[in-house]
Amino acid sequence: MTETLLSINSLTKAYPGVVANDSVSFDIKEGEVHALLGENGAGKSTLVKMIYGLVKPDSGEMLWHGQPFAPAEPRAARATGVAMVFQHFSLFDALNVAENVALGMEDPPKMGDLAARIKSVSEAYGLPLDPFRTVGDLSAGERQRVEIIRCLLQDPKLLIMDEPTSVLTPQEVDILFETLRKLRAEGTSILYISHKLEEIRALCDQATILRLGKNVGSCVPAETSARQMAEMMVGDSLQTPTRTAQDGGEVILQVSSLSAASANPFGTRLKDISFSVKSGEILGLGGVAGNGQDELLAALSGELKTSSDVVQIRGTGVGHLGPNERRAIGTLAAPEERLGHAAAPNMSLVENALLTGAIRQSLTDRGFVNWKGATEFAEEIIEKFDVRTPGSDRAARALSGGNLQKFVIGREVLQNPDVLIVNQPTWGVDAAAAAAIRQSLLDLAANGAAIVVISQDLDELMEISDRFGALNEGRLSDVRPAAGLTIDEIGLMMGGAHGMEVAQVNQGDTAQEVPA
Amino acid sequence: MDLSAINPVLLIASLMVAATPLLLAAIGELVVEKAGVLNLGVEGMMIIGAICGFAIAVESSSPLLGLIAAMIGGAVLSLLFAFLTQVALANQVASGLALTLFGLGLSALMGQSYVGVKPPAMAKLDLPILSDLPIIGPILFSHDPVLYFGIGLTAAIWALLKFSRIGLILRAVGENAEAAHALGYHVVRVRIMAILFGGACAGLGGAYISLIRVPQWTEGMTAGIGWIALALVVFASWKPWRVLLGAYLFGGINVLQLNLQAAGIAIPVEYLAMSPYLITILVLVIMSADKSRAPASLGKIFHASQ
Amino acid sequence: MIALEKRPQPSQAWSLLTPLVAVVITMIAGGLLFSALGKNPIEAIRTIFYDPLFGEFAFYYRPQLLVKGGPLILIAIGLSLGFRAGIWNIGAEGQYIVGAICGAGVGLAFYPTESAFIFPLMVMAGALGGWAWSMIPALLKVKFGTNEILVSLMLVYVAEQLLASMSLGLLKNPQGFGFPGSRNLQDYASAHNAEIIAGTGMHWGIVAAFIAVIMAYVLLNKHILGFNIRLTGEAPRAARFGGVNPTRLVVFCMGVSGALAGLAGLFEVSGPSGQISIDFNVGYGFTAIIVAFLGRLHPVGILLAGLLMALTYIGGEIAQGTLSLPAAAIQVFQGMLLFFLLVLDLLTNYRIRFGKKGIA
Repeated sequence: MTETLLSINSLTKAYPGVVANDSVSFDIKEGEVHALLGENGAGKSTLVKMIYGLVKPDSGEMLWHGQPFAPAEPRAARATGVAMVFQHFSLFDALNVAENVALGMEDPPKMGDLAARIKSVSEAYGLPLDPFRTVGDLSAGERQRVEIIRCLLQDPKLLIMDEPTSVLTPQEVDILFETLRKLRAEGTSILYISHKLEEIRALCDQATILRLGKNVGSCVPAETSARQMAEMMVGDSLQTPTRTAQDGGEVILQVSSLSAASANPFGTRLKDISFSVKSGEILGLGGVAGNGQDELLAALSGELKTSSDVVQIRGTGVGHLGPNERRAIGTLAAPEERLGHAAAPNMSLVENALLTGAIRQSLTDRGFVNWKGATEFAEEIIEKFDVRTPGSDRAARALSGGNLQKFVIGREVLQNPDVLIVNQPTWGVDAAAAAAIRQSLLDLAANGAAIVVISQDLDELMEISDRFGALNEGRLSDVRPAAGLTIDEIGLMMGGAHGMEVAQVNQGDTAQEVPA
Repeated sequence: MDLSAINPVLLIASLMVAATPLLLAAIGELVVEKAGVLNLGVEGMMIIGAICGFAIAVESSSPLLGLIAAMIGGAVLSLLFAFLTQVALANQVASGLALTLFGLGLSALMGQSYVGVKPPAMAKLDLPILSDLPIIGPILFSHDPVLYFGIGLTAAIWALLKFSRIGLILRAVGENAEAAHALGYHVVRVRIMAILFGGACAGLGGAYISLIRVPQWTEGMTAGIGWIALALVVFASWKPWRVLLGAYLFGGINVLQLNLQAAGIAIPVEYLAMSPYLITILVLVIMSADKSRAPASLGKIFHASQ
Repeated sequence: MIALEKRPQPSQAWSLLTPLVAVVITMIAGGLLFSALGKNPIEAIRTIFYDPLFGEFAFYYRPQLLVKGGPLILIAIGLSLGFRAGIWNIGAEGQYIVGAICGAGVGLAFYPTESAFIFPLMVMAGALGGWAWSMIPALLKVKFGTNEILVSLMLVYVAEQLLASMSLGLLKNPQGFGFPGSRNLQDYASAHNAEIIAGTGMHWGIVAAFIAVIMAYVLLNKHILGFNIRLTGEAPRAARFGGVNPTRLVVFCMGVSGALAGLAGLFEVSGPSGQISIDFNVGYGFTAIIVAFLGRLHPVGILLAGLLMALTYIGGEIAQGTLSLPAAAIQVFQGMLLFFLLVLDLLTNYRIRFGKKGIA
């Protein structure tokens, strides 16, 4: 019987209007990979922030090897032996790998020594890294390696990983799992946060499931089916989208040899992207974050202009047109970043409805705004897309992520686009809302629109796409029919494991990679 | 017009003097901006430094006490900015402007009884043999200690940013405040320290003008040097040695135009006096092509919320 | 422990209250300042805020409120458009000077011809001059990404030198016995921006300021361009997504603020001031920045803030005479007002919580 490393006893943390954690209790044993499972908003992040000393609990206690453990700040948690790999990387783009690692350590050695240690540790765990490369130039997978190595150099007793695979290709996931299994064998405990059930079944020894801030159960993942875990996690049955495949529509959106530089200095340059989408068709574009998704959306929405013929709608070149001119001809878009890009956080829902609705909903007359019309449009979105808000006069930032996403997608869908491009339509949205959003996209396609869905959620793409392609370092893979694609094929389309030569990928065996 | 009246050795020696207030203020602002804070109040902190230093030097007859008082004065004023931007989360542009407007008014109020007063002189370096060398002596070995301090400070800040842990943390905070916070660094504390340092440097730069370069007190005597210092940081792409280079360049232009005025060149005085400002604009245009060196969090408000 | 907590929704009440609270706190702090200077604080505050409006000589000072407030409001309205969009024109003082030089230059070029066309031409020249001066930072910003704050500010110093050169050279009064400064436009009927109704202080510049307030209100609340300005300030990326052309917006906002500052300069030089002289500018361009913020970048707020700031100018002058309060004290007073306003602004978007909750 192994000893308990960290014992969590009825931790509670409330924020105004929401109880993020409501007397959560569980134990993490030594050398155990413990899954913390739950939907977005279930309170996983708050819980680990308390363990890492970023947030103080309102009540409850933690015991580390039986001793009271209440880190006042991350420094104290690190000193005890807790290390954390963040979901949104805590990295500094302009600094190099070694400097980034040094910032996460209490007493870093001299830069030269540190670089040598980074090299040796990274190779020992199969995660090759050059200590002097600028982090901003690294791929998402490589950036995660920086975080992991930063943690490993401190010999942690408990490694917390917050949604680590959301930025990885399937091959990279396998490499990561090898590393984690190796750590477990060395006696390190791992708290693994995810909502991806298959991963948890493959890796974790124990699982604790959170729903709406409460511990709703625990299980041994290997002995529990994905379906059982999903039911515990979600708590009610889901509506699965119904796909009515369309065939033989005319080509509406045609992209030919699209190459463009990013507006962001650390962004990705688009390289020679070509594809077409027919009426009634949904094209799913997968790929790891940061491989040109934002740039592709910008090029299609009109925020990034190209030469005219590169982007064609029904045979007419529109590459030179701005966002509003494209809206006028029925090409709409919904970007990934809800607050600040798709919507202005401090402005009301009415104003945000006007933001993209002005042209197609005729909300202006010789430049003067028809506020009554804009209010009606906002209220129509709120009603038809079940946006939970006290009123259309509320600021966008006051809405929860899922509700704002429904508003953003609804705003575009209700304008009856011929072409709709969405990036991460259900990111951070609860399962019920995600299902509703996907259904609305399917309905739109059924009515003859051409839709491009860019997403990092492969399950989502497999569910709704007619054809599938993947973005990798600004290039687009071949676009293939979605039906019948295997996970390995998809992984290869996404570019395999970045920065590594992967042996025998076709057999799905990636354990024996050689450093590049 | 008599250009032969311009002595190149004296010109170089005096451009070093003219460059020093700029250098001090710009090095301070560089540290502030490296921490991700844009303090547009440099001009206000300089003028407060100028009057604090002047008043204390006159009252105590000690230029050194004056310089210390100037640093304290600049730092105290910058504390207001730190409170506004780091605690009250006010817009940095507006707060910096407020600092300048307030500093100009306050300095005028404080300086009323000091107009026309002569401050105690600062001793110059006087090394036997070395200071008496022709050409090299006046250029390298006959200045006031503050001038050498400015050069030393540049080297120190360069080394601090490049090699030390404090420098690394400072850069990290300026680059990505959220990430630095997640790693457990005290973003606000680091930034307040940087702002105070910037204030002290600007105050010292101001006192250099009122005690050493001019030396007397007149209202608004910093005449935009604080703003040029801000431009200099951009010109230098946030690199300490290039701040030094830039400061000497601007100092040179200023001294040259003053010399040309004195030599009675055919260009009207007003147009010569415009030249440092016009050249600042020109340099800003040339340098603004490359923005990638700017700290990524520069000017953004940070609040450690959930 | 005191902690800040972001409000889900900006507070309307605090947004209206903060300027008032800031004024009250500034009066208290100002009183302390004045007593530190050895003046009776109550008397000083009364002299500044009460006497100009209701004192013995109020009949003289009340029109001054319009005379001083007009240019402040006119400039601040222009600045507020840019500030809302995150475009920082700090060089209104320079645009004011150049507007005055251009306007006066056109008027003086016609001297001594009398014609009804001269004044309108001067108005156009003034607006154009300010506009052109603001186009320098605007175009450099859109072409090269140059920081408009620094460029517009540098141009203030250039404009001041230009003003000196003009009053000593090109525009110098040939009959001025060698004194610097131009002819007095008040003595040149066609170019004189005289009071419209005698004794009220009401001249064409005040009319222009009121028109600017109304136009700005309509623009910001009823027109898509005003919406785009607000949107750009709130969320620049969302603005580009919403089809806003940032280049055009910079040129528009800088251009309007430059033209309005130029107009203010022209109305001043052809009216209350009368002539181009070395010290013609008195810092309206900088004070207008305070006015814009104090008015919450809202046209009606700016109208009120401009009048309040004018009051401190007039009251300050009275206090200078009767209490020998230094002129700089008023400048400090105005600076303090901006400080308190910025601090209190926090309450619009955050609430302060006492106790242990929400420590982050």
